Amino acid sequence: MIQLKDVSKTFTLHNQGSAVIEVINDVSFDVAPGECVALTGASGAGKSTLMRMIYGNYLTQAGTIRIGDVDIVRAEPREIIALRREFLGYVSQFLRVVPRVPTLDVVADPLRALGVPADQAQERARTLLAQLNIPERLWSLSPTTFSGGEQQRVNIARGFAHAYPTMLLDEPTASLDAANREVVLSLIEEAKGRGAAIIGIFHDEAARARVCDREIDVSAFTPGLSSSSEAVGQTQETAA
Amino acid sequence: MRPLLSVQGVSKRYGAHIGCADVSFDLYPGEVMGIVGESGSGKSTLLNCMAGHIAPDAGKVIFDTRADGPKDTVTMSEAQRRMLSRTDWAFVHQHARDGLRMGVSAGGNVGERLMAVGERHYGDIRGKATDWLERVEIDATRVDDRPTTFSGGMQQRLQIARNLVTGPRLVFMDEPTGGLDVSVQARLLDLLRGLVRDMGLSAIIVTHDLAVVRLLADRLMVMKSGRVVEAGLTDQVLDDPQHAYSQLLVSSVLQV
Repeated sequence: MIQLKDVSKTFTLHNQGSAVIEVINDVSFDVAPGECVALTGASGAGKSTLMRMIYGNYLTQAGTIRIGDVDIVRAEPREIIALRREFLGYVSQFLRVVPRVPTLDVVADPLRALGVPADQAQERARTLLAQLNIPERLWSLSPTTFSGGEQQRVNIARGFAHAYPTMLLDEPTASLDAANREVVLSLIEEAKGRGAAIIGIFHDEAARARVCDREIDVSAFTPGLSSSSEAVGQTQETAA
Repeated sequence: MRPLLSVQGVSKRYGAHIGCADVSFDLYPGEVMGIVGESGSGKSTLLNCMAGHIAPDAGKVIFDTRADGPKDTVTMSEAQRRMLSRTDWAFVHQHARDGLRMGVSAGGNVGERLMAVGERHYGDIRGKATDWLERVEIDATRVDDRPTTFSGGMQQRLQIARNLVTGPRLVFMDEPTGGLDVSVQARLLDLLRGLVRDMGLSAIIVTHDLAVVRLLADRLMVMKSGRVVEAGLTDQVLDDPQHAYSQLLVSSVLQV
């Protein structure tokens, strides 16, 4: 479902002496339907960078990244837009919305973009917001004024509104209390159950062990950051 | 799928000075494209060349017309081009007063465009005008007031209503949120996003505000000295700019 082959990335900083920074070097791995793969490695290892490359948010210099039938590395902007609308979901760490749009509409938006009628999209949004314990009196307000944890949950509700066949999750359980963490983990398990291929970043080790089938140590592909020799060029199977 | 607009090698010089040089791109139905760059980068010249306000020195601007399919709007007759700009095209000016008739009532401003495409029934025209005022969140009781009595944000929303009432397929926007205070900007952005989605509009938005393109545009072109230096998916160009000038532009934005 998701297939990375010989993927590499460099940043060229033109305004800082044209410094070239190699960030990802020659990554290859696959994610099958119903599988959740964790990206691991120390802070700065390139986990989020790799995830952003898979989403098409960062440009990839070499290799192929196939999501379903589309190679993100070579796709036209409109192909990536269509892919993100229908096929590839992404829960980032930060909520980015138009100010003053009510929370209910923010969560229903991905479904509206797919042509789902407003009442059905809002019904799904209500279900998710209730499940994630966002008090109903907040639904008509813009999430820009919410606390960090509330914004994170709105972001998750939005990310799970449509049943995407492939999903990218960047720290979905960070800043959540135990009850909400449990809700998010069960949403992930549910998505796996319907056959979604998922790539996630989890600092929460217990969460990772519970929902992830495999781990990939990204620092093994980061030039100059290879921490342990046994990790180099290999993916590790977890006990879970 | 066929592009709605295909721009091919458009160039415009002002004497020895380059307005825009050799610009090419395809815009597909439902796509919103942003054009950013500093003052004098040629973005407004390009927009005016595409919208038929300026004749380019070279190049084609091919629009997929409803009746006859793709036609080069640069070489079509003035009358045909004027018809396009009243029906399938819309142009939202930075200053609402450039796009409105300030001496005519709000309802008249919206109704005028309907009359230009042949509507004659007063009741229908007034009904549609009132309906559109409500869609852009202007109270229907203001239908007989002149735009001179409106705030800047209301004038801009009235200009949008006037432009969209005939159901255009392509909207050109020149700094649509420029000159408005930020709370009004947010409201206008939300309105534009909804209209673009619900009407399936394609749009080209010229702005120097990167926050506006991030929220409205699917694709982005960065211009410098009349040339396109970088183009791509909006969030990719903003988060991982490749060209030296785009990197400078993105890193120069003040954080709030």
